Amino acid sequence: MSTTNVNIIGLARDVYKGLPTTLCAGCGHNSITNHLVKALYEFGVDPHRLAKMSGIGCSSKTPAYFVERAHGFNGLHGRMPSAATGAKLANRDLLVLGISGDGDTASIGLGQFCHMVRRNLDCTYLIENNGCYGLTKGQFSATADAGSKQKNGTVNDYGAIDLCGLAIELGASFVARSFSGDGKQLVPLLQAAFAHRGTAVLDIVSPCVTFNDHVGSTKSYAYVKEHEFALHTPDFIMSSKEIEIDYEPGTVQDIVFDDGSHVLLRKLEREYDPTSRVGALQIVNETRDRGELVTGLLFVDTTAEDLCAREDLTQTPLAQLNENDLRIARDDWTKLTSP
Amino acid sequence: MPHARVNDFTIRVATVNGSGSQSSNLVLSNAVFRLGVPVAPKNVFPSNIEGLPTWFDVRITSKGYRCRTRDVDVLVALNATTWRDDVAGVKAGGMIVHESAYPVSGETQRDDVTYFAVPFTEIGKKNFENGDLRKYLVNMLYVGVLAELVGVDEATIEAAVKAQFRNKPAAVETNMNAVKLGIAYAREHLPKQDAFRVERMTGKTDGTLFMEGNRAAALGCIMGGCTVAAWYPITPSSSLCESFIALAQRYRVDPKTGAKNVAIIQAEDELAAAGIVFGAGWAGARAMTSTSGPGISLMAEYAGFGYYAEIPGVIFDVQRAGPSTGLPTRTMQGDVAFAYTLSHGDTKHLVLLPATVEEAYAFAMEAFDLADRFQTPVFVLSDLDLGMNAWMSAPLPYPEKPFDRGKVLSTADLAKLDTWGRYRDVDGDGIPYRTLPGTNHENAGFFTRGTGHDEQARYSENPQTWKRGLDRLVHKHDTARTRVPQPIADDAKRPIGLIAYGTTHHAVVEARDVLREDGLEIDYLRVRALPLSPDVASFIERHERVYVVEQNRDGQLYGILRTELPAHLIGRLQSVRHYDGVPVDAHAIVEPLQAAEREPSLSTE
Repeated sequence: MSTTNVNIIGLARDVYKGLPTTLCAGCGHNSITNHLVKALYEFGVDPHRLAKMSGIGCSSKTPAYFVERAHGFNGLHGRMPSAATGAKLANRDLLVLGISGDGDTASIGLGQFCHMVRRNLDCTYLIENNGCYGLTKGQFSATADAGSKQKNGTVNDYGAIDLCGLAIELGASFVARSFSGDGKQLVPLLQAAFAHRGTAVLDIVSPCVTFNDHVGSTKSYAYVKEHEFALHTPDFIMSSKEIEIDYEPGTVQDIVFDDGSHVLLRKLEREYDPTSRVGALQIVNETRDRGELVTGLLFVDTTAEDLCAREDLTQTPLAQLNENDLRIARDDWTKLTSP
Repeated sequence: MPHARVNDFTIRVATVNGSGSQSSNLVLSNAVFRLGVPVAPKNVFPSNIEGLPTWFDVRITSKGYRCRTRDVDVLVALNATTWRDDVAGVKAGGMIVHESAYPVSGETQRDDVTYFAVPFTEIGKKNFENGDLRKYLVNMLYVGVLAELVGVDEATIEAAVKAQFRNKPAAVETNMNAVKLGIAYAREHLPKQDAFRVERMTGKTDGTLFMEGNRAAALGCIMGGCTVAAWYPITPSSSLCESFIALAQRYRVDPKTGAKNVAIIQAEDELAAAGIVFGAGWAGARAMTSTSGPGISLMAEYAGFGYYAEIPGVIFDVQRAGPSTGLPTRTMQGDVAFAYTLSHGDTKHLVLLPATVEEAYAFAMEAFDLADRFQTPVFVLSDLDLGMNAWMSAPLPYPEKPFDRGKVLSTADLAKLDTWGRYRDVDGDGIPYRTLPGTNHENAGFFTRGTGHDEQARYSENPQTWKRGLDRLVHKHDTARTRVPQPIADDAKRPIGLIAYGTTHHAVVEARDVLREDGLEIDYLRVRALPLSPDVASFIERHERVYVVEQNRDGQLYGILRTELPAHLIGRLQSVRHYDGVPVDAHAIVEPLQAAEREPSLSTE
């Protein structure tokens, strides 16, 4: 078998594909799906270890559109983080990939999102953020910017919830923002998220071509392209690979993950240190005040303990334990329950 | 002078919440129990940490009744604010041990009871220097006073004190000193009484445990193999998870490595707790949450998901008085109808109805097997009375059967199959096969969803497919009718029957004795789970009139029976309901039955 058409675990790219999309043509979510297929394929994620989980909404349909043979869980609106928590606790060997949207996360699911971040559940959590409820025909979501306009001219009066700023504030261990149209940036960030142990929050602005891609929207393709402020250019290097990229000293920041993989952040116009929580909050606030959309790896802490570690869970998945592992021994039982 | 009541009377202790009287009352109950005399303690407490009135009844009952009684024979009055009402609640011929500062005059002066004034506060001030401990030790004083008055010896009290403070041995001496002071005071200053006596018995409590239902349920979770527990604190269920935590810390941690084979998460709310349970159940762990009525209201969304997506999960509902926040520290069988159909659309769950500590344990274990076997949420409906009161119980048997993990296809199973369908009814019992995430086979994966799906778990809006799915779920539910705990009947072919469930059972036991003495013999069937076993209909078929007794306002099981029974049986039913928040007693059943039986033609529909 030729090795050129398979990934590091010997699987063809087609294995990472899913059912045909049922979303609108040109939807940002479809681009994200394509980037995900590439990221998962290159990363060599074993499909049987992958748990694709989602809530409700356009975004939450996307787990059907990649790695068809993996287990999927299309749960309740805004309540995927709790199910993802249960699944990971039951089987810590799973690679949990949660896919949510801005309505699913910032409105109905804000509580579960916060507590997932607070517990540092080991998962990749994508927010396909289009600032509106597509599936119910375009109502504003809680990430829509104040002053942003609906197609019919209705103006949003309420300020946006910045999910990246919130996650950083809550103590998240990995927070990144990207754009559905920027695969060069998104794919390495997705791979870094897979490598990260803990909750990796990726807020991906993903324009809704049907309801929120017009003049006056701050989540349109044109608006994002005009207002994006990229912090750096990321490259992801698998643990098995040597770093072969040449770079000038001082121009690249190297983040090393638990599994030995790296993300190399190539500096753009200014210094940015994604290991500083205060710095991360500052850039989020500064760019927001300037009306810019900051993208890149905003914050990372590779030393934070994830939920399974903090709970001292045994290495064997809990789901595989049987009565011999779990029942109190007969002698102890007699002592424990004697009158 | 009435003749002595030996081993058959009830002591009510009226105190202020937060004064630590619970320990004293448990010592008292335990001491009586140690003399071989059956005892049924009932705590009627406020939703409050400190300051509101609280009552604790110690029912001493040679016949071994376990239900509450409304008759108070001996009152220990240590709450000035309820003093007047407490005195009024004592049965004629009773006795009252009270703080001597309380006035005995006007309404509180009765000539049909005997008063024993004890200067509890003064003795406390004189003897207990530590002000923080004083209020607790004053409670131990009344244990000593009562022990002396009703004839419980000091050595037995000491054994009970040691048992109560088994984790705090240093507290034994301090508490015993207070007990001794009480005994000495009673000996020296109080007249002897022989109206109420405790005397050693044999053969009534041998091998019997004393345990709360919540702890028994936690033991069932441990032995049933629960590995993921998620909860949100709520009275009266918190002690179930807290007991589970304590047991898990001792029995689920590798002593060498500290690695745990359990995960216990205090969730942000009950819906998240349910999400953790169904996420874990989907991934193959045995998972549970424990809550009360307000919690299952929140969990409704995930319960429906679990039902339709067919995911195992165990939900304990330790019921309290509702609607709404209701009476958080009072009991009710108020969630039966709600839990049975929890969530929107056509939803039906398996509901287990334990009545005893033994069943709280056994049904907890059984719930995990049923959840895995039927791939569905299983509710265990306990209540505050069972969960938080200590009950006499038979020993809890060691489980002899392995877990029933249900129809799960392994990698090896999949290797033998060309195809499989997640929601196909292969065996004709309505129960499909599933795979767990992490199963290493290219055909293992499927897409779990709460949206319409076909037998292959593919999204479908097709009307026939949708209806076929719902029909299979009903078929699965019907399969469960004979697999859930079956009813227990005492059926001697008498014309009148009675149906009850859960803790109402204990009042039924006593009520049947009272009715028998009155010349009315009735048959009895105790429902132990939903969906209803076919035995329930056949029991009703054999009886002219059947009373359905339960602790809620609307006759919830009665309503379920009316919905599910053949039409010709419905007219035989009559609903008897108790819903004041305190556990049902025998009279609440005897009186309506006697009234109805005087004119049976008027009582049935």
